[in-house]
Amino acid sequence: MPRITVTVDGVKYEEDVEPRLLLVHLLRERLGKTGTPVGCDTSNCGACTVMLDGKSAKSCTVLAVQADGCDVVTIEGLGSNGSMHPMQQAFHEEHALQCGYCTPGMVMAAIDLLRDTPDPSEDAIREGLEGNLCRCTGYCNIVRAVRRGAQEMGQAVRTQ
Amino acid sequence: MIPAQFDYVRATSLSEACQELASDEDAKALAGGQSLLPLLRLRLAYPSKLVDIGRLPELSGVHDRGDHVFIGAMATHDEVMRSGVVNTECPLVALAAATVADPAVRHRGTFGGSLAHSDPAGDLPAVVLALDGVFVARSAEGEREIPAAEFFVDYLESALRPGEILVGVRIPKLGAGWGFHYEKFHRTAQAWTIVGVAAAVRRSNGAIQEARIGLANMGPTPVRARAVETALQGMELGDQLKQACQEADADTSPPSDLHAQPDYRRHLARVLTHRAVRGASGSP
Amino acid sequence: MTEVGRARRRKEDARLLSGRTQWTDNLRQPGMLHVMFLRSPMAHARITRVDVSAALGLPGVVAAYSGQDFAAEQGSLPCAWPVTDNVVIPEHPPMATSEVRYVGEAVACVVATDRYRAADALEAIEVDYEPLPAVLDMNEALTPDSPKVHEAGNQAYSMQMTVGDIDAAFRDAPVVIDRTYVQQRLIPSAMEPRAVLANTDGDSFTLWSSTQIPHILRVMLAVVTGIPEHKIRVVAPDVGGGFGSKLQVTAEEVLCLLIAKRLGKAVKWVESRSEGNLTVHHGRDQIQHIQLAAEADGRIRGLKVDLLADMGAYLMLITPGIPLLGAQMFNAIYKMDAYEFGCTGVFTTKMPTDAYRGAGRPEATYGIERMMDELAAELRLDPLEVRRRNWIRHEEFPYTTISGLTYDSGNYEAATDKALALFGYDKLRAEQADRRDRGDPVQLGIGVSTFTEMCGLAPSRGLGAANFGAGGWEHGSVRMLPTGKVEVITGSSPHGQGHVTAWSQIVADSLGVPFEDVTVLHGDTAISHKGMDTYGSRSLTVGGIAVLRACDKVKDKARKLAAHLLECSPDDLDFADGVFKVRGTESQKSIQELAFAAFLAHDLPEGVEARLDSDATFDPENFSFPHGTHLCAMEVDTETGMAKIRSYVAVDDIGKVVNPLIVEGQIHGGIAQGIAQALFEEAVYDADGNLLTTTMADYLLPSAADLPEFVTDRTETPATSNPLGVKGVGEAGTIASTPAVVNAIVDALRPHGVHDVQMPCTPERIWRALA
Repeated sequence: MPRITVTVDGVKYEEDVEPRLLLVHLLRERLGKTGTPVGCDTSNCGACTVMLDGKSAKSCTVLAVQADGCDVVTIEGLGSNGSMHPMQQAFHEEHALQCGYCTPGMVMAAIDLLRDTPDPSEDAIREGLEGNLCRCTGYCNIVRAVRRGAQEMGQAVRTQ
Repeated sequence: MIPAQFDYVRATSLSEACQELASDEDAKALAGGQSLLPLLRLRLAYPSKLVDIGRLPELSGVHDRGDHVFIGAMATHDEVMRSGVVNTECPLVALAAATVADPAVRHRGTFGGSLAHSDPAGDLPAVVLALDGVFVARSAEGEREIPAAEFFVDYLESALRPGEILVGVRIPKLGAGWGFHYEKFHRTAQAWTIVGVAAAVRRSNGAIQEARIGLANMGPTPVRARAVETALQGMELGDQLKQACQEADADTSPPSDLHAQPDYRRHLARVLTHRAVRGASGSP
Repeated sequence: MTEVGRARRRKEDARLLSGRTQWTDNLRQPGMLHVMFLRSPMAHARITRVDVSAALGLPGVVAAYSGQDFAAEQGSLPCAWPVTDNVVIPEHPPMATSEVRYVGEAVACVVATDRYRAADALEAIEVDYEPLPAVLDMNEALTPDSPKVHEAGNQAYSMQMTVGDIDAAFRDAPVVIDRTYVQQRLIPSAMEPRAVLANTDGDSFTLWSSTQIPHILRVMLAVVTGIPEHKIRVVAPDVGGGFGSKLQVTAEEVLCLLIAKRLGKAVKWVESRSEGNLTVHHGRDQIQHIQLAAEADGRIRGLKVDLLADMGAYLMLITPGIPLLGAQMFNAIYKMDAYEFGCTGVFTTKMPTDAYRGAGRPEATYGIERMMDELAAELRLDPLEVRRRNWIRHEEFPYTTISGLTYDSGNYEAATDKALALFGYDKLRAEQADRRDRGDPVQLGIGVSTFTEMCGLAPSRGLGAANFGAGGWEHGSVRMLPTGKVEVITGSSPHGQGHVTAWSQIVADSLGVPFEDVTVLHGDTAISHKGMDTYGSRSLTVGGIAVLRACDKVKDKARKLAAHLLECSPDDLDFADGVFKVRGTESQKSIQELAFAAFLAHDLPEGVEARLDSDATFDPENFSFPHGTHLCAMEVDTETGMAKIRSYVAVDDIGKVVNPLIVEGQIHGGIAQGIAQALFEEAVYDADGNLLTTTMADYLLPSAADLPEFVTDRTETPATSNPLGVKGVGEAGTIASTPAVVNAIVDALRPHGVHDVQMPCTPERIWRALA
């Protein structure tokens, strides 16, 4: 069995894995990181989105062995000292979640979008989130939340 | 769903990867995995071994090579769509790459992986075909070049031989005077392309001098709309373009599936080709 | 400031936003094993052999079973709504024993140490089938020569009701519109796939399930398996959406319980999406034949509705009742002299249908709102004008409709006026005319939907009359803790609706305690011992009121205690902001002080127990009738057939609002699902009965990039049927939006001679309609 080294939410792990083990199952079943859920088997829904070496990836469509040596950030690794990341806070303020199943992936996709587009338009947000499905919200409040999150993250950068 | 078992080897060199693939006919190359993994999870594919070529330096990056742009097979869609040289020298590739799937998939999915997968519904095969790209493949026997017109053999079947790995694609620089447009038609952002039209048009003095048009999902392989390309030669911009595009579906055999019937695809090919040509020629 | 009406941010959010979730698939139990099911690849076949022996030898495999292995104990999955005397309820074994009747029906299963091993072992099971003919088309299924799904035939039931002189209404009517609409089959697609975890200590059982109905499930599991009810605890932990799809007693729930019982081990089953598309009950699937007779001025004389409703292969929990939930809604907000409704339930070899957001009412609303547009077109009237000429005027409430419902309140004029202003109706009509004149390849259409619906299920007496196998009440309990904090237990079972927040607001107002001091528990039969769960937009109008009633009882007790401690008569006490004050004095006791006094019990009056808590059940006297006006502007590209929403305005009247933020969220999500039916979604079976839309790559759900911003607003006509004046909101958006979208598409194309496009209105279908 291949041995891999992977850093997840700041913690380094060494694991022997079956080649076919999906990254999301490594996270959930082996490392107990159940904050990242699975919603489909065709990489359509995006619920399992994590940051892989700083860029969004659908962890159900990555083999654990492919993540060897990589840095993974999940929804559980956001925020610091018990406080929420500005994007999580924005989702809360704008009521951008209902059942919450898509939320981890949606938040990660939103943060990823802002890497390149710190001040996105409504259209840019909608297109940036095209790989993440939500069945509850109709997306209106998610779009609002991403705009608010962007503003607050921009604010945070300016005050630093 | 859960993939069936397979062996895994991460190749440390291109020659090792070629050897691994040559030694086991049921082995498969693993690039970004964005097409392969869903197939494995649905147990629609049972490779004995995955040879991971994702980290081979020989396959990476986008390079300006004088008269052409060399796009490494492992360059991700995200890299390609953001590449300065691609956007300057062959922007049609960037336009199409930006429509592939979604941002997260574009971070992992590779240019070469998409092309080697040879899905006629893919956006990139039609583009590379339109641009007369040249595929560079490596095997234990050495390197060979495959013109785009010969690369796409059949539905999900490329000209790559067992044990052969796609190193990258040469996209010839077209020079000044060319305009580009990729017209993608699909029902939702995530849905497969029902019909896609990649157009490159060279214009001068208000007339089209040359046009190259590739069609996605109008047959088991991507196809060139040769009849339209010929008809457009020397044509002035205006209402007559539409007439010229009426032959866009000539010599195609569009599929029938959940999302469209052949006669509708033929109609779309005509309408969308007109739009793509107008877009590429800067015509309103 | 009262809490009710405030846009409180949700208490539920923090854990959902940070991944500290309790989805069923996140839960583990010691020694837990994984179950996977082998499913029929045939739409209809006799099972001639199942051999699981090869699976048993594989690594990690603990057990493997065929349907026969559970034949003696698995019982039959329940149908709780025998709608008519002639209804046929076939046996429905959780795992097929001798015959399969849809692709995806479970035929065998493996139990293994992990899901990877289980998936491998499934492939080693051998099953031989003797194919039988698939039955797919409802009209063909009802012909005498059709192959049968069940021995008793393909008709599940038929029913007919007529009110008024329907023949007179149609005789010599100046206008008769006759249309047939198809409500395509939908896959509910909650984002969380189903999951079940069952454990046992040998004698009693705990079942965690991604369900909307832990309480009903507990009763039904006891009935189906014979395990005594008091030995079963059901928990709905975090549940990732339902939309009706988790209002079910599933084969997997029953079987996981039985496997845990047989092995004496905890077992978990988690559905994959492609498995779920096959086996989560589907929604809609009706053929609606509708005839409408009207006067020359547009006044409706009569309406005839004849439905064929696809039941699928079996009757599940409330399968046969779903189309009948629309029986009284086709007449909608309109007055008429006569009404006839008939429905035939038909068996086919497909996944059973059952509740999906709206359940019967979206189908009815679609039918009538499409017909109203057809009537307007026939008479060359504005679609809103024809509606105005027929709708119940606001001064006419309460109003008993032709189908026998009494609408307590409403104001269709006000909602419509507001919607028109927000939409810019006249300007869009002018643009439409201009595009038509210019022959613009992109035509503009305007779609109207002035909907109402019946929700808040339901008065128990009415359910009894309809032969429904349960009551419609809800339970709530409220307990003041010694420190003055409040614990609320609700029989509602939220899965995204925000009950914890909304109930906290209601309780905070009623008891005069801070919003933060209220906690709400739910979804575990060991904690919430009584309940009827969440569906049918019932939670607030029934469950919320039960909580309010429990608060009233707590205050009655507190009043007695306060009077005793303050040495006055209970009648001398005024209660406000959580404090009992002796009228005209400064002497007072807060409810928190009283909670502590009750806890101490040092000085309780005669007949007052040492607890400040109470519970209540509430049985609504009527349904609630939200209504509203939705307007959709659609751009239709006549060259490609692509239809794109240009703008969407929804003005909803759901009476009083507890939390406007949550209400808006419900409306947004509802609209999105209704639009998705109109434009994108369809479960497609091929000629052999194979489902083609097994993945999200083929069953198209809209992403953010496929939907516009919705403009929403409200009017507020309080319900008179409950003390909060609230109406249900969970399904309203879905019910309203589908016809608004399709009406807009047809409106755009009407000059081209188009008067219908079948849903989903794909570009190809629009193109063919134009051809």
